[in-house]
Amino acid sequence: MNMPRRPAGTSRRRFLLGAGALAASAAIPHAVFAHAGGSARLVVVILRGALDGLAAVPPYADPHYAELHRELAIAAPGAAQGALALDGTFGLHPSFAFLHERYLAGEVVVFNAVASPYRDRSHFDGQNVLENGLTKPIGTADGWLNRALAALPRGSGSAQAVAIGQNVPLMLRGEAPVISKSPQPTPDVDEELLVRLADLYSKDDWFAARLGEAIQTDRLAAAGGDTAAGGAAAADRVSGVARMAGTLMRSEGGPNVAVIEASGWDTHANQGGAKGALADRLKGLDKALRALAEELEPLWPQTAVLVVTEFGRTAAMNGTRGTDHGTGGCAFLVGGAVRGGRVIADWPGLTRSALLDNRDLRPTLDLRSVFKAVLDEHMHIDAKTVAKRVFPDSSGARPLQGLMRA
Amino acid sequence: MVQSEIAVLRFGLGARPGELADASGDPRAWLLAQIKGAAPLAINTPLATSDRIFIEVMTARQQNQTIKREAAAATAAAAAAAPATTATAAATAVRNPVREAYLPHYRAQVLARAQSAALTTRPFAERLVHFWSNHFAVSADKGAVLGVAGTLENEAIRPHVAGRFIDLLMAVEQHPAMIAFLDNQYSVGTDSELARRAARRTGGTPPQREFGINENLAREILELHTLGVNGGYTQRDVTAFAQIITGWSIGGGKGRLAGGEPGRFCFRDNLHEPGAKTFLGKTYHEDGVRQGEAVLADLARHPATAHFVATKLVRHFVADDPPAAAVERVARVFHRTGGDLPQVYAALIECPEAWTGGTPKYKTPQDFVFSSLRALHVTPQRPEEVVRSFELLGQRQYTPGSPAGWPDTAQAWDGSDALMHRVLWASRFAERCEQGLDPVEVASASLGAYARPETVTALRRASSGTQALALLLMSPEFQRR
Repeated sequence: MNMPRRPAGTSRRRFLLGAGALAASAAIPHAVFAHAGGSARLVVVILRGALDGLAAVPPYADPHYAELHRELAIAAPGAAQGALALDGTFGLHPSFAFLHERYLAGEVVVFNAVASPYRDRSHFDGQNVLENGLTKPIGTADGWLNRALAALPRGSGSAQAVAIGQNVPLMLRGEAPVISKSPQPTPDVDEELLVRLADLYSKDDWFAARLGEAIQTDRLAAAGGDTAAGGAAAADRVSGVARMAGTLMRSEGGPNVAVIEASGWDTHANQGGAKGALADRLKGLDKALRALAEELEPLWPQTAVLVVTEFGRTAAMNGTRGTDHGTGGCAFLVGGAVRGGRVIADWPGLTRSALLDNRDLRPTLDLRSVFKAVLDEHMHIDAKTVAKRVFPDSSGARPLQGLMRA
Repeated sequence: MVQSEIAVLRFGLGARPGELADASGDPRAWLLAQIKGAAPLAINTPLATSDRIFIEVMTARQQNQTIKREAAAATAAAAAAAPATTATAAATAVRNPVREAYLPHYRAQVLARAQSAALTTRPFAERLVHFWSNHFAVSADKGAVLGVAGTLENEAIRPHVAGRFIDLLMAVEQHPAMIAFLDNQYSVGTDSELARRAARRTGGTPPQREFGINENLAREILELHTLGVNGGYTQRDVTAFAQIITGWSIGGGKGRLAGGEPGRFCFRDNLHEPGAKTFLGKTYHEDGVRQGEAVLADLARHPATAHFVATKLVRHFVADDPPAAAVERVARVFHRTGGDLPQVYAALIECPEAWTGGTPKYKTPQDFVFSSLRALHVTPQRPEEVVRSFELLGQRQYTPGSPAGWPDTAQAWDGSDALMHRVLWASRFAERCEQGLDPVEVASASLGAYARPETVTALRRASSGTQALALLLMSPEFQRR
């Protein structure tokens, strides 16, 4: 599987493509790799399975926290295996070494008691709402991020997006062209077979477009000069994915927007506290964020990374040392472009009467207010388009102000 | 003329040589004949049963703990003790004993599934087995079920695939792999005998941290297995149902899970939340394990279940966007017959929407691999080969990652990177299988009237037999069904 890649300049495939000999090249949307040097970079990390916000961003100063979250609770900063200090009320889970370092450098906004408009407790519907930008799980086949990209003017400054994986998640599906690339290396396929396939697909737009994109993406990854992205060990999958995103984004003519997915957050049993199953996952996430920052180093001042999940988990530990599906949770905005070093949380408290349905952290901030702010202040997408096309029915969720550095 | 192609390609697993001819007489009758009785694996290799596998894993874990304990004791006990002994004992301990014990079983189940798909003469029944296995998904990427994910399909689904939905549902929800996947074995009623006894011991209220329910299985039964997410239940119903099935557990564990037949479904009365409970507006009296079974029986008969299952069947066999009339027809029969599955499948086959030619469904990697095996008449022999194929194509067998199963629409599979991986797999597979095959004949036997003239021309002009086969497998008409 791990065949050595041919040096960039000598690939026969590239030669064929460069010479325009491949019928498929006609089907490649021209705008896909339009170079958008100097403009903003955005990475969205989707944590599938519902991350426990009360473990990731422990509200250690809340008097009911330890009693409800029991052995899953993270102690106050200073205690053994305590939280990393943020603002006197909230901390970060001790696994978040890198995130904390960036917070202290003023590059992280931590959100708590935040949620999408979805109020039931199905992962799959919750993820749909997180990604489709509506208030209900069905109603559109495209994602809010794609609608935002489609609104950008074409030409210089036009962002293009990549999904890191073999396929494209809902958030990025839609009319704006999107490519997909998994960190798993695809050793060179026989070029002649590709030429003939392109010919066979010439009457089938659907296949022709995908083949054209795949060949182009491959070229982009090779031009990024990267081998580190390939062959990520299973234990380190998210880091490999993050590195791949960074590699593609910093390559010549690479995409400005990337979406990364990580699963395994559905901690119904044996969740653990400062150590244990969730702690290990969070460590993996922290490492992935570090990898992304390293890979994007020269572009970091223009970068914002949004980390989101479909909903939070129950305030109380369940009967199997885990947590069940909840509502309010946490989110992070990280990057050199972020005006950070702040926690944004209108904290409703964890008293019984404050909890939603007697069980969940009550959300006090709509995630769309964060998304809108990022699209407005970071991606400079017209506010009216954002309000109407990207997030219809979102008049109640006004964009936050001043999230990004001017 | 394309009727037999539709029967074989859309409802089956792709044509083996001669299969299109077999179905051509009466394609509908050819399908109906397949949905009678159980659908065992089409091969004779005996697979270990789930209870045997669970016992093996428990034993491996215990032995490993003993070895580790002894090694630690030896180290601690004596600086004088021979260091060599310590090293040997430590080296014998396995880093992940559960995984080590599970892996050979996982591989054997994956191979058996692929062989069965390649060889079966009842491809429609086999497709239905795959359909239900995905509907009642357990994911082997959860360490605790790695080696038993396939046993749910073989032990709970195959026997009931052409039976009554209620029997299928009961077999699945009481299968130890499902219980373990959704964490129900430890779910304990706060007023259960166990909790009350503990309260007496501590002379007060029970220490709550030890005892409580876990909603996972109850929620997913409602959302994913029966009513569907819009089936009209509330959080209150989820909680009540979770209480009703407290005690649904697995035998032969340690501590509060001691007792019961090892590795088999076991109802633990002492963990069960006692008393009558109200679920979906109906009161269920205390009746031990039968309280939960009564709920399952009602769920199986519920109109929302009929509609939800019908929608998924039509989406799977007919189109990503399931035609409402077809869903309605199948749901009606489901409801009227109380979930008699052969009649439900017959209603599906009767849907005119299913016979309108064209190839609306993009094959999943699994459908693509299985239909390739059948087209080239290949039965895989090495498990690691099959495991790696699915890894490459992004659909590792039995690991949908979530209880919702793998997505069943094209947009989840149609990434450009995914297409490139298919090209890579097709070219490697063609290389191995090329000898003695005439690609044009293979095209005709596997696609019949669906083979486009330009594809046949491309096969004739290909520079090698291998290339021609790869082109055939990657042709738009082979990639869809």
